[in-house]
Amino acid sequence: MAPMLETRNLGISFGGLRAVNEFNMKIEKGELYGLIGPNGAGKTTVFNLLTGVYKPSEGFILLDGEDITGKSTIEINKTGIARTFQNIRLFTQMTVLDNVKVGLHNNYKYSTLAGIFRTPAYRKTEKEMNERAMELLKVFDLDKEADALAKNLPYGKQRKLEIARAMATNPKLLLLDEPAAGMNPNETVELMDTIHFVRDHFDMTILLIEHDMKLVSGICEKLTVLNFGEVLCQGETAEVLKNPQVITAYLGE
Amino acid sequence: MMNKMTKKTKSNLITYLIVIAAFVIVQAMVSTGHISSLFKGLLVPICVYVILALSLNLVVGISGELSLGHAGFMCVGAFASALFTKCTSDAITATPIRFTLAILIGAAMAALFGLLIGIPVLRLKGDYLAIVTLAFGEIIKNVVNAFYIGKDSHGFHFTMKDQFSLGMEPDGQVLLNGPQGITGVTKDSSFLIGVILILITLFIVLNLIDSRDGRAIQAIRDNRIAASTVGISITKYKLMAFTISAALAGAAGALYSHNLATLQASKFNFNTSILVLVFVVLGGIGNMRGSIIAAVLLTVLPELLRGLADLRMLIYAIILIVMMLFNWAPKALEWRERYLGRIFNKSAKEGK
Repeated sequence: MAPMLETRNLGISFGGLRAVNEFNMKIEKGELYGLIGPNGAGKTTVFNLLTGVYKPSEGFILLDGEDITGKSTIEINKTGIARTFQNIRLFTQMTVLDNVKVGLHNNYKYSTLAGIFRTPAYRKTEKEMNERAMELLKVFDLDKEADALAKNLPYGKQRKLEIARAMATNPKLLLLDEPAAGMNPNETVELMDTIHFVRDHFDMTILLIEHDMKLVSGICEKLTVLNFGEVLCQGETAEVLKNPQVITAYLGE
Repeated sequence: MMNKMTKKTKSNLITYLIVIAAFVIVQAMVSTGHISSLFKGLLVPICVYVILALSLNLVVGISGELSLGHAGFMCVGAFASALFTKCTSDAITATPIRFTLAILIGAAMAALFGLLIGIPVLRLKGDYLAIVTLAFGEIIKNVVNAFYIGKDSHGFHFTMKDQFSLGMEPDGQVLLNGPQGITGVTKDSSFLIGVILILITLFIVLNLIDSRDGRAIQAIRDNRIAASTVGISITKYKLMAFTISAALAGAAGALYSHNLATLQASKFNFNTSILVLVFVVLGGIGNMRGSIIAAVLLTVLPELLRGLADLRMLIYAIILIVMMLFNWAPKALEWRERYLGRIFNKSAKEGK
């Protein structure tokens, strides 16, 4: 069986700067995979390559055996990659429920005219969307805030809502960019539970970037360490974190 | 969640009811003779501005783009519909049918222009749309000013020189006479039709906002990168909002042109576009009910102040500032929440 995500010799340059070079990674279905590395190592650049925000200069990206190299962000989302952002990007002026319903956009359809004239198709689909969105919100314990504006949620819940919105697009692979950034230890523990739950409940494959070593060692099964745009080390979490190269480059001891 | 749905629907219903109530009251005042002829003359223009404000609010408030050439789309709609009426006034004698067709043609032509401008410009980020629409408004005005169109037994004649270069037979009729515009368009517009058009506009805009496409449009406004990573096509939905808005402005133009003896392109200038933008900003960006109220007040106000002669513009400006403070100042918002909100909530509770 093809791995859920495979990159082959992925590389990108910005002008003369080599941001990512010869990046190879394989993630099997259902894995919880971590991408770590010092600041500026190119982790978010890898995410942007995977989601089509940047087009790679070299190399290939395969999702579940399908070549998605060079596709647009929208196409890649439809093929099955959803993500969250390091700096939260919610639809701030919309309600929590509507944020998730935007995520459902491509899975539930009716025409513009059906929307304007409120046809039975509109009513039926909207009802299904509401039910599905509330189901997702319940999973992330956000159902009580469904009517609140997204910008009024506390920080930890905004992070959760972003994951809920990503899950609404029905992805095969979920990318989380520093999900624990700005969280206190309690919130981080809660987040770890949520990530675990998402993996088990939705049978999801998850790739995450994180600096919080407690979270990384706590939930990631495998790791790739990136340094100056190159893979420094790859493998089982426990092994990788013992690697002396990784310790000097990243953990700084 | 159900509570939310009813709340949104309730708010929309109130907006419809305000429009209908205003219509009934004004109609009653007209029939009892409580309204001066000056104000009777203002009724259709008020409807025109309300529709324009609603349509611009779709672009500015819901889609989050800035359009400075809304009068241009109104101009396209006005001239397209007026030409249609002039050409078919003999062929189609049933006024309601002809006027409906004229409005649809005005809207369709404006939508076409909206689409043509939107396709290249909406791909760009930032303020480019504002600049291009500003230019469009000026260009369309000057283009219409330069055109001469006539019709005789041989068919249509076009020229950009003057009316005598049309080279028509003696039986020919000048339809569009350059800067003199179009004269003799039948006066089909009425307050009733204006209000019906406002209701249709409201129906389209409010229902669009609360639908799958409307959510996509708002999502792009709030965060375009996040919207594209959940699979929403930015260009498609921006274009949709812009084209619908242009079509509605075109319909407003048709209403406008069928209310005048002489239709001249110079009316559709930058000042008109800015005036409509002022309605939208003062009424509250994204707030449809506010747009209606602001458009009505600010169209009536200059006429009310006419008696004050020299002080008129001064007072008008002061009222603009007060309205702005009332709508946007944090303290004023707090005050509204506390006092007006309480009154509203109480009545809502009693309603249950």
